[in-house]
Amino acid sequence: MDFGLDRKSNSLKTFNTIFIVIWLLLACFPFIWTFWGSFKVRADFFSRADWWYAITAFNTLIETGARFTKEAYSGAWFEGEFWKASRNTVIVTISVVSISLFLGTLGAYALSRSTKNYAFWILIIALIFRAMPHITLVSGYLFPFFQLQIWGILPTTIVVLVAINQPFTLWLLYSFFKTVPKELDESALIDGCSYFQAFRHIIMPVMWPGVITAGLFSLMLAYNDFTVTALLLNQENHTMVPKIQSYLGTNQHEGNLMWAVSAVVSATAPLFLLVMFFQRQVISGLTAGAIKG
Amino acid sequence: MPNRSFFWFFFPAGLAMILFIGLPIISTGIQSFYAQHDQILIEVKKCDPFGCKTSVVVDQEATSKIKEDKPLGKFNGFGTYIDRNHLASEQVLEFWNESKSVGEFVGKVGNLPFYKALVFTLTYCVIVTPCVLFLGFIIALSLNAISRKIRGPLIFGTILPMIVTPLVGSLVLFWMIDAEGIIGANLQILMDDPYLSVKSSKALTWITIIIYGVWHHSPFAFVVFYAALQTVPQEPLEASIIDGASRFQRVKHIVLPHIYPVVTFVALISLMDNFRVFEPIIGFSAEGSAQSLSWLIYDNLVNEEVILFGSAAATSIMTIVGISIILTPVLLRTWKEFRTNR
Repeated sequence: MDFGLDRKSNSLKTFNTIFIVIWLLLACFPFIWTFWGSFKVRADFFSRADWWYAITAFNTLIETGARFTKEAYSGAWFEGEFWKASRNTVIVTISVVSISLFLGTLGAYALSRSTKNYAFWILIIALIFRAMPHITLVSGYLFPFFQLQIWGILPTTIVVLVAINQPFTLWLLYSFFKTVPKELDESALIDGCSYFQAFRHIIMPVMWPGVITAGLFSLMLAYNDFTVTALLLNQENHTMVPKIQSYLGTNQHEGNLMWAVSAVVSATAPLFLLVMFFQRQVISGLTAGAIKG
Repeated sequence: MPNRSFFWFFFPAGLAMILFIGLPIISTGIQSFYAQHDQILIEVKKCDPFGCKTSVVVDQEATSKIKEDKPLGKFNGFGTYIDRNHLASEQVLEFWNESKSVGEFVGKVGNLPFYKALVFTLTYCVIVTPCVLFLGFIIALSLNAISRKIRGPLIFGTILPMIVTPLVGSLVLFWMIDAEGIIGANLQILMDDPYLSVKSSKALTWITIIIYGVWHHSPFAFVVFYAALQTVPQEPLEASIIDGASRFQRVKHIVLPHIYPVVTFVALISLMDNFRVFEPIIGFSAEGSAQSLSWLIYDNLVNEEVILFGSAAATSIMTIVGISIILTPVLLRTWKEFRTNR
């Protein structure tokens, strides 16, 4: 919105800059602080005596002899078996992303090329499904899964996450395929291709920008999920997020707070790097439904 | 596209949604009409030299047998819906007859578990959603006025609270706000009250969770508004500047009407997301003073002794009804648009 006519006064500019700086502090400082604190001992980061200890590392110096310690990380990753949780997360995330993209691209392509009434109704139903709180679905799963004895294992969770993810993927890819000109695949059909051939040879080469965006969102859903993974996986198969919760402890057993702190940092870092590289796709995905629809 | 090809293209995605979203909703519906079995009690006569005593004990064998025969539990009809932990019709009636004033009645009803959770969920939705819209819009306007060169990193910083999972986001804040954290400790010094802690006060807990909600959801509103701001046409803006419109007037009469459809979209999405608020309650360990509908379901499902399937299902069905009420206006509008376009 920068054009010659619109001259901003200096005071407005200053005010604007101050506002942005304050907001960025609010948005980022908690993460920076947690990252900083994860290299301290508990007595410093959760200091009863003086919060300033978290900066001067008073107790960390006494306990470990250095200002920074990797104790929390080694504790969580090895003793707390966070490596296992992160391995599970990798398995779940990769499977969910690939399966849901495979199903989603096919389904969304069909929806975008259909002019029938039922395509509209399917999209509406997908919207309603998107609005369902995940916990209500989980309460529907638990009992049948116990009966079928498929509770607690990774494949079940993967399939469930794929299904929960489908409505959003369908909507996202639907609005993407709408922007791919119909003439492209229609000309292939006239030349004698079947729909599958047209999809394979004409649409697949041009669909990657949309697929990457949809993939990022599936990835964030699978990676970040707590409700489904916490209730559908047994202790052994927990992914990162429920694992973090288990470090917090309950009334029955005391947790290890510093493990949770380092686990939070370990789980968040890859996500931040990913978004840093794919910022453009994330933003285009979030706005796809809003601007075009 | 002919129906046949459509079917085969859509079949896998459709099957996944029917099996794991459609059926679970039905399964929840069925479960909500059942309740877990009562334990079967038998009288046991125990005789010793000093006489005979009869005592009542649980017949383990019979109990486990009936559980095996009917794993779903006993049929309870709408019993679960109206018991004390859900709609509590009896208690509400009783309170209505007993209470002298409406205020007393509302206070008493508000203490029943289901209504307590409902009140919190609605309060959270009603406060967080407008705040998110407002803050997101202000940030978008503000960032839009900053030089294009440095916007990239600023946008990255702004969307951080949104991309972390709610549990992690609330934990990160909680560790700062807690009495032993940086903000909590400074608040104690500032207020001169060494026992001040977020956990101990109901009002403070609610405020914290609401602040967390605004913090977590505003970036989403920001991103959408920011993208919409890029599409605002320049000519009317320039014309209004020449006509002497102030900055505020420009926003009110040109920018806002242009992005209005986007505002409804963001409002709807955040309303849906806010209605399922649940993870922050665990992150802030706020179960004591703040419970939401989703948390009630979770609590039933992780129950130590017996998983309360029926109770969780009944709450789930009522949550789904709540979501449907929120969605109805949107669906009606979409349907009207569809009809007129045809």
